[in-house]
Amino acid sequence: MLYQLEGSHAIARTVALCRPGVVCAYPISPQTHILEGLEELIRGKKLENCEYLNVESEMGALSVAIGGEAAGVRSYTATSSQGLLYMIEAVYNASGLELPIVMTLGNRALGAPINIWNDHSDAMSARDAGWIMFFAETNQEAADLHILAFKVAEKVHCPVIVNVDGFILTHAYDRVDIPSQDKVDDFLPPYAPKASLDVNHPVAIGTMVPPEYFMEVRHLAHRKQEDSLAVIECTAHAFEKKFGRNSGGLLRRYGSPNADTVIVAMGSVAGTIKDAVDELNQEGGQFEELSIICYRPFPAEALRNSLKNAKRIIVVEKSLAVGIGGILSREVELTMKGCDVDVITVVAGLGGRNITKSMLKECFNKKSHEKITFLGLRNDIIGKQYVPINGDCC
Amino acid sequence: MNKPFATVLDSATSLKNKTGSWRTMRPEYVTMLPPCNATCPAGENIQQWLSLAQEGKFREAWEVMVKDNPFPATMGRVCYHTCERVCNRDQFDGAVNINLIERSIGDIAIANGWQFESVPETKNKKILIIGGGPSGLTAAYFLRKLGYGVAIYESHIKLGGMMRYGVPRYRLPGDVMDSEIRRIIDMGVSVVCNRMVSDIKTEARDFDAVYIAIGAYQAIKASLNVQEGSNTIDAVELLRKLEDYPSSLPTLGKKVIVYGGGNTAIDAARTVLRLGAESVKIVYRRTINNLSAHDTEIHEALEEGIEILCLRTINTVEKGKVLLDIMNYDEENDILSKTEQTDSLPADSVIFAVGQSLDKEILKGTKEISISEHGVIEIDRNMMTGAEGIFAGGDAIMGKRTVTHAIGAGKKAAKCIDAYLQGLEPSVNIKNPAATFKRLNTAYFPQNPRVNVSRLGDISFEEKNISYFDQEIVDEASRCFSCGNCFHCDNCYGYCPDNAIIKYPDGSLEINLDYCKGCGMCVAECPCGSMKMTLDE
Amino acid sequence: MSHLTIGNRLEKNVTAQSMYDRSNSLTSGHRACQGCGEALAARCILDAAYIATDGKVAVINATGCLEVFSCVYPENSWQIPWLHSLFGNAPAVATGVAAAFKRQGKENVRVIAQGGDGALADIGMGCLSGMFDRNDDVLCVCYDNQAYMNTGVQRSGATPAFSRTATTLPTGDYLGNDVQTGKNLPKIAMAHGIPYVATASVSNIHDLEKKVAKAIHLKGARYLHVHVPCPLGWGYPTSETIKVARLAVQCGLFPLFEAERGKVIKSTPINAPLKVEEYLKGQRRFAHLFGKNASSDALITLQNIADDNIREYALVGDPNE
Repeated sequence: MLYQLEGSHAIARTVALCRPGVVCAYPISPQTHILEGLEELIRGKKLENCEYLNVESEMGALSVAIGGEAAGVRSYTATSSQGLLYMIEAVYNASGLELPIVMTLGNRALGAPINIWNDHSDAMSARDAGWIMFFAETNQEAADLHILAFKVAEKVHCPVIVNVDGFILTHAYDRVDIPSQDKVDDFLPPYAPKASLDVNHPVAIGTMVPPEYFMEVRHLAHRKQEDSLAVIECTAHAFEKKFGRNSGGLLRRYGSPNADTVIVAMGSVAGTIKDAVDELNQEGGQFEELSIICYRPFPAEALRNSLKNAKRIIVVEKSLAVGIGGILSREVELTMKGCDVDVITVVAGLGGRNITKSMLKECFNKKSHEKITFLGLRNDIIGKQYVPINGDCC
Repeated sequence: MNKPFATVLDSATSLKNKTGSWRTMRPEYVTMLPPCNATCPAGENIQQWLSLAQEGKFREAWEVMVKDNPFPATMGRVCYHTCERVCNRDQFDGAVNINLIERSIGDIAIANGWQFESVPETKNKKILIIGGGPSGLTAAYFLRKLGYGVAIYESHIKLGGMMRYGVPRYRLPGDVMDSEIRRIIDMGVSVVCNRMVSDIKTEARDFDAVYIAIGAYQAIKASLNVQEGSNTIDAVELLRKLEDYPSSLPTLGKKVIVYGGGNTAIDAARTVLRLGAESVKIVYRRTINNLSAHDTEIHEALEEGIEILCLRTINTVEKGKVLLDIMNYDEENDILSKTEQTDSLPADSVIFAVGQSLDKEILKGTKEISISEHGVIEIDRNMMTGAEGIFAGGDAIMGKRTVTHAIGAGKKAAKCIDAYLQGLEPSVNIKNPAATFKRLNTAYFPQNPRVNVSRLGDISFEEKNISYFDQEIVDEASRCFSCGNCFHCDNCYGYCPDNAIIKYPDGSLEINLDYCKGCGMCVAECPCGSMKMTLDE
Repeated sequence: MSHLTIGNRLEKNVTAQSMYDRSNSLTSGHRACQGCGEALAARCILDAAYIATDGKVAVINATGCLEVFSCVYPENSWQIPWLHSLFGNAPAVATGVAAAFKRQGKENVRVIAQGGDGALADIGMGCLSGMFDRNDDVLCVCYDNQAYMNTGVQRSGATPAFSRTATTLPTGDYLGNDVQTGKNLPKIAMAHGIPYVATASVSNIHDLEKKVAKAIHLKGARYLHVHVPCPLGWGYPTSETIKVARLAVQCGLFPLFEAERGKVIKSTPINAPLKVEEYLKGQRRFAHLFGKNASSDALITLQNIADDNIREYALVGDPNE
C-alpha cells in the first residue's frame, strides 16, 4: 500500500515488518527518525515481541544487537557517521562472529570538522569490515533493501549495512509502497541461527584463533562474500517476483545501452545523474548511468560485463580518501584493469554540498578531466587558503 | 548447518590440552604422625578416634581406642595425657581436651555395656601373667584377642594393681575401674587373686610363656632419723589399707606431713585431707618446678589447701614434729646441697612417698632373671628377661611408672610373646614423619578455646561427674586439627584452579597429573598438612 | 573439622565446589597461569550459578586473561554457553542476550556478563553503567585483579594506591600508583540503585557461592565484584593465592558486603583485623614500601583506607552480628 512518508519512517515501518526481536537505539543525526519510528511502532503494539533498548552509545547499540543475534533473535539497529566510528570495533566483531545483524547507516560526513550533512565517508570507513553493504537510491529502495538485507544476511550469515543518504532520503517525504505483513512473512522466514547460546547445546562463540588457523578464517570470510553475490542477485529476483518491483540486486543501469560514457555512482545521487544523463542523451550524447547497489561484496564481474563497451567511466563518489583520492573509482579502475577505458574520479557532495544537474552535465560533457575532480569546488577559497608546503625537511 | 569454522567451538575441547606438562613440582597426599599419637605411651591412635568422635560415632571411636588400650574410662581419668601437652592446637587456642573425651567415651561404653569380643583359644597355648595391674591386664587382653589362653595370678585380694592401690578413688571411682577390668576378664581370662608367686620357674612349667607384671610396691625408705613415738607410714601402704582394709587405717592426726615430690605424694596428701586432716604439708627437697608430680595434680592439691614446702629435707621425725634441713639446689648442674639453716614443723604424722621399688622376693629362685643397677628387671628389646619365655614389663622394668606406660608395656609384651611363641621377630611399626604445627594452615580453624570442666568440687572421695555430654564430645573433638591426616575437607579439590583433583563419589581424592600445573595451592590450603610438594620427575 | 573449608566429610555446610559431580563450568586444559585466582573464581561462580539455575546459564565474557586462557581454537574450556565479543562491551552484549531470551520466553536462562577490572572499570564502564541504568536482567561479575594482567600488568582504574605495575614503576620519590586511585566499582554500581551489589573473595567460597545463588535469580541488573589475586602480576608464590586474598579481607582493604538498591544491607565481620602490612608485605608490587627505602606515609595511607572500610562497613564489633 502506498503512503506518503518520510524516508526514515518508511524504513522503520519496513523494518518492523521484518519482525526483529531486538532493536537498539542511540540517537545520531540523520538516522534518528528511524529508531524513533520503530519506538513508536513498538510502543503502539504495531510491532510486537520486540525488545526496544535505549542504549548508552553506539558501541552499546551494536553490542546489544550482537548479543541478541547470538542468542538467536533477529536484531536491528541504525547509526550514522561518528556513531559508526564509535562502534567500529563491534562492526568488525559482528561480521567475524557471522551474526546476520541488519543496520541502517544514515550516511553522513565524518568530522572533524563536525558536519551533520550527507556524504559517504562513514560507509567507506567500514568498507572492509566484512559486512555486506547496500546503497539505496530512493526511499522505496531504502525500505525494500531492509527486507532483502535480512533475507540475505540470514542466508549467508553475514551482517548487512543498508546505506541511506542522510537527509536526502532519511528526511525526504515520498510515496512509498509498504508491503503487507503476510507478504513479508512469506518472503522472510523466521531466523535460524548458525550457532547460538543454547543451554542444551553449549558452545563457545568468539574464540581466539591463532596464526595457524587465522588465514583460513579470513579466507573463508572472503569466499563467503564472493558467494553472496549470487545470493543477492537471486534474492532480488525473488523480491521482484513477490513484490512486483525491482529493488536491490548488484547493479542497475539507466540511459543509453552501450554508451561511450558511463557514470558510476551509489545512492541517491543516481537520481540527479539520471536526469543529467536524460538531458545529455536528448542533446545527442551517449551516456549511461550505472548504480552500484551492492557495494560489498564488490560486484566486480557484473560491473566489468556492464562496462565492457564503455570508453570512459566517470565515477561520481561522495567520499574522499585523503592522500590517494577516490575510493570507489579506484575499485572500478581495478575492476576494469586490462580494458581500454579511462576511469575518471569525480568527488562530489562532501559534507552535504549540493550536486546539481547542471554541475553534473557540465562535468560529464568535459572532454578531458583532471586526475581528480572536486565537483563545485570553490576555487576562490582554495586559492586563498592553499599554501604549498616547502619541500625541505626542516 | 555447520558451525562457523574456528570461531565457534564445542564445549570442553580443552581437555586434550594436558597442562600437567607445565609442572616442575607435584603435590602428593601424605600421612604424618600427629604429636598426640607420637607421644602416647599406650600408642593410641588419638587422631583417628577423635575423628570418629567428631562424627558422633562413639562406638567406632571406642573400638579404635581399645585397639591399643582396653581402659579408656580409666585412662580418661588417670592418664597424665602427654598428648595434650604436645597437641598442636595448644599453640593456637589450647590443646584439645583429649583426656576428657577419652573418659567420656569410656563412660559411654560402660553405660552401654559394650564388651570385647570373646575370642576362642585357637592358639592352644597358655600364658601366665604374674600381677593383675594395668600392664598385666592389658597383656591379658591382647593375648586373649590373639587366641591365647591366659591366667593371671594376683597377690592382692583384688585386681587392678596401682590403678586400685596407687590412685585414690576420687580420681578413679572403683566401679569405673571394675567395669573395665571385668570386661577383660569376661573375654575368658582365668584369674586367681591373693595368689603369691614364690618360684616363677615352677609356676611357669604349666605355661608356654610368662609375663611378669608385678609392679613396684616396696616403699623406698628415706634415710633419716625416725625417733621413737613418732607416727609414720609409707604412702603405698596407706593407700592399700584404705582400699582393702579401711578399718585398719592408723590415726594420722590433724597435722600431717607428706614427704616426696611425685604423684604418690600428692595422692597421699589429698587422701589424707579427705580422711580429715586439718593441715597437710608436702615437704620436697627441690624447687616447685622440679616436682615430678603432674601439673594438674599439683594445681588441684594447692587449690584444696595443701601446702608444698620446697627446698627442705626431713632430717628427723620426732613425736609431734619434724626437723628439716633447708636445701640449696643448683638447677643448672642438678646439684642438691644442704645449707646451714634448719627448720621445723609440727607433725602429728609423717607419710613417706619418696619412691617405690621392685619387690625382688619372687625372683630369687630364677637366677636367669637379672636385676639392673637401678633395681629393676632387665629385659631385652623384645621384653624377654634372661629366662627363656619369661617376659617382664610395667613398673617392674626400667621406665616411667605411669598407668599409661604400664598399658603400653602390656600391649608390647603381648606382641612380643606372640612373636616368640610363633618363633618370629615382633613386627616393627614404621612411624610416619611428625606432623608439626608449621605444616598446618590454621586459617580454617576459627578461634574456639577448649572447654574445661572443673575437677574441683567438695573435697571428698566422690568423683565429681565431669564427663562431657554427647554434643560436648563432638564439639571438643571437632577442635582436633587432624594433624597430618586428611580429614576430607575438600580444600585441595575445591581450590584447584585446574580441576586437577578428582573426587570420587565415596569422597576419596586423587591428583590428576594430566592437568596439575604444580601451583601448590592445594598444599598451601590443606588445613592439616597432609599434602606436600615434591620435585616432579 | 571446620566450617570454613570447602567441604567436610559429614557433608554439613559444604560448598558446591566440594561436590564430586560439580559441573566444572570451566574445565581442565585451560591455559591460566599456575595458581590463577581468576580461573578459580570463575569456576566457583559459574558452578554456583549452574546449580542455582539447574544448568540454565549463559556467559558473556569480556576480552582479557579469562577469555584468552579459556578459549583458544581448537580448545574450549567452557561447559556452558559462552560468548566473547570485545573488551569493552560484555555488559551490552549480555543485555542483548537477555533481551533475546526474554523474546524467546527463556527468561529462566540467566545471563552473566563477566570480565576483569580493566574491562569493567575502564574500557567497558560506559556499557556497564548503561546496563545498570536500564536495569537489564544481567548479573555482571568483575574479576578484580587490580591491573591489566593480560597485556602484562599495566595500571588499570582499579589498581590500588602505591601499587607497582609495568606503567607505575616506583623510582626515586615516585612510589607507584597515585594515592587517589582504585575506582570503587561496587560503589559506582550501588550509585545506580540496582537491585543487588556484592563483593566477594576467592578466599571465602562459602560466601561467594551464597552471593551468586542469591544474585542469579534476582531480576534486573546485579553486580558481583570478586577479589582475585594474580600471582604473576602481584608477585607472590603461586601457592599463596588464597592466602593473599584472605589477608586482603582480614586487613579490611577488601571489605565483603552486600547492598540492595544502593544501600549496604550486610557485611562480613572480621574479628581481629590485621595490619595492612600483613597483606602488603608478601607481594612484590608493594615491596618498595618496605625495606631500606620504606615509606611509612604510604603504609599509613593504606592503613587509613582499610580503617575507613572497617568503619564504613562495620566490619568489627557490630553488636547486631
